[in-house]
Amino acid sequence: MTSLELAQQLRGGFPGLISEPSEFRGEVTLKVSDAERMPEICALAKKELGFDYLVDITSIDNYGEDPRFTLVYHLYGYGHHCQLRLKTEVSDEKSEVPTVTVVWRTADWHEREIYDMMGIRFRGHPDLRRILMWEGYPYFPLRKDFPLAGKPSDVPEVAFTNPSPMAGGPFVTIAGGKDTIAREPRVRIPETDALETNARLERRQDVREAHGHAHGPGPIEPKKGAS
Amino acid sequence: MAESREILLPDAAAGSDTGEPLRELEGERMVLNVGPSHPATHGVLRIVLELDGEIITKARPEIGYLHRGDEKIAENMTYTQFIPYTDRLDYLAPLANNVAYALAVEKLLGIDRQLPPRCQYIRVICCELARLSSHLLGMGSYAMDVGAMTVFLHTFTEREKIYNLCESLTGARFTTAYTRIGGLSRDLPPGWVEQCRKFLHEVVVNIDETETFLTRNRIFMDRTQGVGVIPKDVAIDYGLSGPNLRGSGVDHDLRKAHPYLVYDQLKFDVPVGATGDCYDRYLVRVEEMRQCVRLLHQCLDKLPGGPINVPDGKVVLPPKDRVLTRMEELIHHFINVTQGVNAPPGEIYFGHENPKGELGFYINSKGGGTPHRLKIRSPSFVNLSILSHLLPGHMLSDVTAVLGSFDFVMGEADR
Repeated sequence: MTSLELAQQLRGGFPGLISEPSEFRGEVTLKVSDAERMPEICALAKKELGFDYLVDITSIDNYGEDPRFTLVYHLYGYGHHCQLRLKTEVSDEKSEVPTVTVVWRTADWHEREIYDMMGIRFRGHPDLRRILMWEGYPYFPLRKDFPLAGKPSDVPEVAFTNPSPMAGGPFVTIAGGKDTIAREPRVRIPETDALETNARLERRQDVREAHGHAHGPGPIEPKKGAS
Repeated sequence: MAESREILLPDAAAGSDTGEPLRELEGERMVLNVGPSHPATHGVLRIVLELDGEIITKARPEIGYLHRGDEKIAENMTYTQFIPYTDRLDYLAPLANNVAYALAVEKLLGIDRQLPPRCQYIRVICCELARLSSHLLGMGSYAMDVGAMTVFLHTFTEREKIYNLCESLTGARFTTAYTRIGGLSRDLPPGWVEQCRKFLHEVVVNIDETETFLTRNRIFMDRTQGVGVIPKDVAIDYGLSGPNLRGSGVDHDLRKAHPYLVYDQLKFDVPVGATGDCYDRYLVRVEEMRQCVRLLHQCLDKLPGGPINVPDGKVVLPPKDRVLTRMEELIHHFINVTQGVNAPPGEIYFGHENPKGELGFYINSKGGGTPHRLKIRSPSFVNLSILSHLLPGHMLSDVTAVLGSFDFVMGEADR
């Protein structure tokens, strides 16, 4: 059984829905004209034709063309060692296809990744959340209209629960706190830089106000004749 | 200031006094966060566990902490320029990634069958050295995850030797970027084959010695046998690949199923597990290391002479002396560097048997020197997706045993 024969068999199961198989570098590709029928087609490919391993699902953004997105499914069968590629298209307005997680459970993360990177939603997916970017990220970075350098966006707040036991004590630095730099022991003060020294003195004042006393070696007097 | 508060405990005995039937107390579920930076997670993986006592009831892996957008980057540079980025996928086996990527692009160009024999043999040597290095680390860190420190020191001694070999071969220990489209960046340095042979003789002894620490070790067996069992059908359903798939008893190795390079001319066995537990995955890796040594010996014995690059100036940079003296080579050099290798329109998928599993590159080309879309099918990403199915029902202490047995790398999971 070759990939081409299997492709023809799959095509025979859905008359008028699947294109003539095309071959490039020994790989067989079928185009499915209706993305809504993908779960049926995949279920048949798995059950009847032995494509038990879903290698990968990929999305392509054909920016400027209609329909905009292409979905690519790579199928493989451990029984016959044949490969098959299924392609289907989905428009920008719709951006939604039914999930194939019911056929192969490995589709779960692949579909989440496509949703995350390309913004195509998978109807019926058990847990369609972003996977590589964080929850609440507003863009879809693999789209062609997203710049390589990225766009500024809000980074989520760091989720703190209760204050740690020694919070506010002499050895704890609060990230982003006013006195962070002053408390950081690795910060080195160039002795000749009077501006920097004065700034440090001011920060020390902050510390004193916040805690009633300054920790560490205490204020550094500016060098005589430096300014 | 800590405030004291009263802790109210349901009084079971009081209930029986009042005549109410005793009911089993249902404990509150506790949510525990493992990672994102935890010594046993092998990278920045975070798992949100829901616990009932010590039993895991729900597991939610959170990935993406190492996401760099490699696929986006690939769309914006030539095929050759992307080679160093492949080092940073599975950074424990950069040589194997280089080979996988080069083969994928060569498949697109249609020159994957025209590679000179010497190039093919050297690439196999690269792949197997990378596999050996990756499995040595996998073994050492796995032993450490389940509480054995010494193994790590032994395997890292051997890995150091592999890094020295890599350094003399490629000029870099970690970020090798050794392959080129249509060949290699340079030939083997003088004396390298002898160095490699010496290393192979040492490493087999070390593998045997190291194995005596673990394979029949009662503690190690208790911690790994019957833990994290993945049946065959589940492994296939979740798309596992590599040693994790073979540990579950599926006899599938891309080097055997679809031989690339010269794997069809070399003799090696594919170890397969029986029960699919952590112990089996460990055993498969140990045996694969021995097969690596076997393959490497064969390659070094058979290593032919001749060129290492495809004789096509439109793919590989021509030799510098000819670039400086001849017009045609100068043009080839200029076009290759500025525009990249001119690939035909089309699409290919190439799956490569990497140490961690099937590393696949799907390249969609519209012609020209840059891919229209390059998708990296990384084995670690797919292998990790089974965790939410596998972990529930296990004890909390088994999490490290299961994670270690998967031998994943977040660099390629997050890309």
